[in-house]
Amino acid sequence: MEAPLLHLALVGTPNSGKTSLFNALTGSRQKVANYPGVTVERKEGSFVTPRGRQVSLVDLPGTYSLRGRSPDEEITRDIVLGRTPGEALPDLVLCVADSTNLRLTIRLLLELKSTGRPLMLVLNMFDIATRRGVTVDVPRLSEALGVPVVTSIAVRKGGTSELLRRTDELITVQAPHPAQPNLWQPLTVAQLRATQREADRIIAATISLPTRPDTWTARIDAVVLHPVAGLAILALILFVMFQAVFAWAAPLMELLASAFGALGQLVHDALPAGLVRSFLQNGVISGVGSVIVFLPQIIIIFLFILLLEDFGYMARAAFLMDRIMGGAGLHGRAFIPLLSSFACAIPGIMATRVIDNRRDRLTTILIAPLMTCSARIPVYTLIISAFIPARQVWGFVSLQGLVMFGLYATGIASALGVSFLIKFFMWRDYAPAPFMLELPDYKMPRPRSIAIGIYTRAMMFLQRAGTTIFSMMVLIWFLASFPQPPAGATDPAINYSLAAMIGKALEPLLAPVGFNWQIAVALIPGMAAREVAVAALGTVYAIEGGKEAAEQIGQLLATKWSLATALSLLAWYIFAPQCASTLAVIRRETGSWTWMWVTFGYMFALAYAASFATYNIAVALGAG
Amino acid sequence: MTERNGAHPQSPSGIPLDAPSGIPLGLAKRGYSGVIQHLAAGNAGSALSADELESRLIELGFVEGARVEVLHEGIVGRDPIAVRVENVTIAVRRREAMAIIVA
Repeated sequence: MEAPLLHLALVGTPNSGKTSLFNALTGSRQKVANYPGVTVERKEGSFVTPRGRQVSLVDLPGTYSLRGRSPDEEITRDIVLGRTPGEALPDLVLCVADSTNLRLTIRLLLELKSTGRPLMLVLNMFDIATRRGVTVDVPRLSEALGVPVVTSIAVRKGGTSELLRRTDELITVQAPHPAQPNLWQPLTVAQLRATQREADRIIAATISLPTRPDTWTARIDAVVLHPVAGLAILALILFVMFQAVFAWAAPLMELLASAFGALGQLVHDALPAGLVRSFLQNGVISGVGSVIVFLPQIIIIFLFILLLEDFGYMARAAFLMDRIMGGAGLHGRAFIPLLSSFACAIPGIMATRVIDNRRDRLTTILIAPLMTCSARIPVYTLIISAFIPARQVWGFVSLQGLVMFGLYATGIASALGVSFLIKFFMWRDYAPAPFMLELPDYKMPRPRSIAIGIYTRAMMFLQRAGTTIFSMMVLIWFLASFPQPPAGATDPAINYSLAAMIGKALEPLLAPVGFNWQIAVALIPGMAAREVAVAALGTVYAIEGGKEAAEQIGQLLATKWSLATALSLLAWYIFAPQCASTLAVIRRETGSWTWMWVTFGYMFALAYAASFATYNIAVALGAG
Repeated sequence: MTERNGAHPQSPSGIPLDAPSGIPLGLAKRGYSGVIQHLAAGNAGSALSADELESRLIELGFVEGARVEVLHEGIVGRDPIAVRVENVTIAVRRREAMAIIVA
């Protein structure tokens, strides 16, 4: 008979290296989903022990205690206590510790012991600890704690072999588990203090610490956390990031674009003229292609975010920005969610769970969609490359990059402005919530863990391109192709279609901001996801202008639109709530339709006002 | 436990180290180093309740007898501060650090 699936859970404080251990154990055999009813990420992976036991491993959200102060921490507590319906009670809890920093984890471990679950302490990053002069008397520590202790080096090949071997031993000895009673109760302040004292006593008896802190971290922090130099470095990092997104990705994007162009041409040559060919070439290939082209940029932005996070810089950025953002009514912890929102507002809004004060969290959720997400990049890139000349200013800065930076800056400034107004009008009577954050020692980011992170996110993007965006493309192709033009029609076929009717119906509404009916048509599927608008414009103009048009959509737009219209569309895209998924996440995270509609309403109003102003100013300056 | 360089023998307000009462960490300047005497969460004026603030401070390692050093200060109002607590660095606002009495 095959042994039943073994359930293991990883528990640890934030920055304990839990995720790198999870990656080392499970590799690419990971599944990311949500716990039912909440938006806490559920990371599960599988592996086989040396003795052939099938293991399912869950990576539980990081926490300093089982008090459950946030939805994330509640998940950790409930799973360890077996209170979550549909989740297996873990057969073995692996408590992961950063070996250079055991104080807080050992306190957590002492609390975990009271749950009665079989436990093992994993001293992760043991190599770094040894190099820094931390020596741990592992057998004595194990004896003092009353739980097995193993060392591990998650980032090294074979660094988890002892952990695997001990896991095998423990499950053979302990299966079925001795039913330890669950004695866990929420700790009082006095008990908490007593546990920390006990932890400190055990550490003093079994671990000898180096006489000086990590000198690299101290040296880097002396510059990076310097009040003036630190902010300059932060600004520089952001600037380089946005220049990179624009410049580094270009060759790859051209490659992808020409590949899709060639594929379209292949279909064009292979099939007879007609609806099928039009559907495949204009609907499917140019539609999906125009979105997939942006994969390089999305990879680059996630590369930066993951590198900064793994390096340990994100917490520093929060430290530097806390009071500055506080001036706009934001919490320092909002910096990380807002920075993630540059990639996509959805993970950004989900990341607001690190903010435990409800008011601060709500403010952050409301403004996160104003951060320039990667889905806007396709639209910005298209319009910038069509309308902004590719030349250098001040000798070294690309004008196109500068405009891009300006769009990002406008997004940030308006987010801060909106936040300030929310604080001022709604919550001025409340004292600001505390800011308490561990600044972890710097660590060299590991290529493997970065690669896994980028891979998961790239797959999410492609999945979206393959499903939502693809179906929207089919819809818009249908709207733009039917009804067919009457025999002997002189205008382009699309002028007779359903799309044209909808677009023309909306035109009077959008005329004051300088949008023509083609833009109106593109904005409708753009409600599903911003980047779809690019594909939609491609489809609208491709069907109108023939096969070459889709490949040179930029040049085509430059001949069809005035500069004022282009600038107005850029302004529109800074603010417009054009993302059904973001709105759905806001609804889910706030648990309220009201906040979703508030977000939609204020963003729509800002978009219309900004476009109206941009268009009319541009026309007045002669760009109409 | 851990020894640190550059420890200042005097608190910024000039109270000598052996003063029984101590000063709130929230008033300490960059470079200050001392030992936690007790937590006075009720006096901090934080948005959290005294019990909640005290629990969180303990969870981050701020307990009696722990050695602390103020490593960095923010640019606006020298706030927040980065505090070395034994061998962990914690960022905390001065308002909450008022609850940590050091000497």
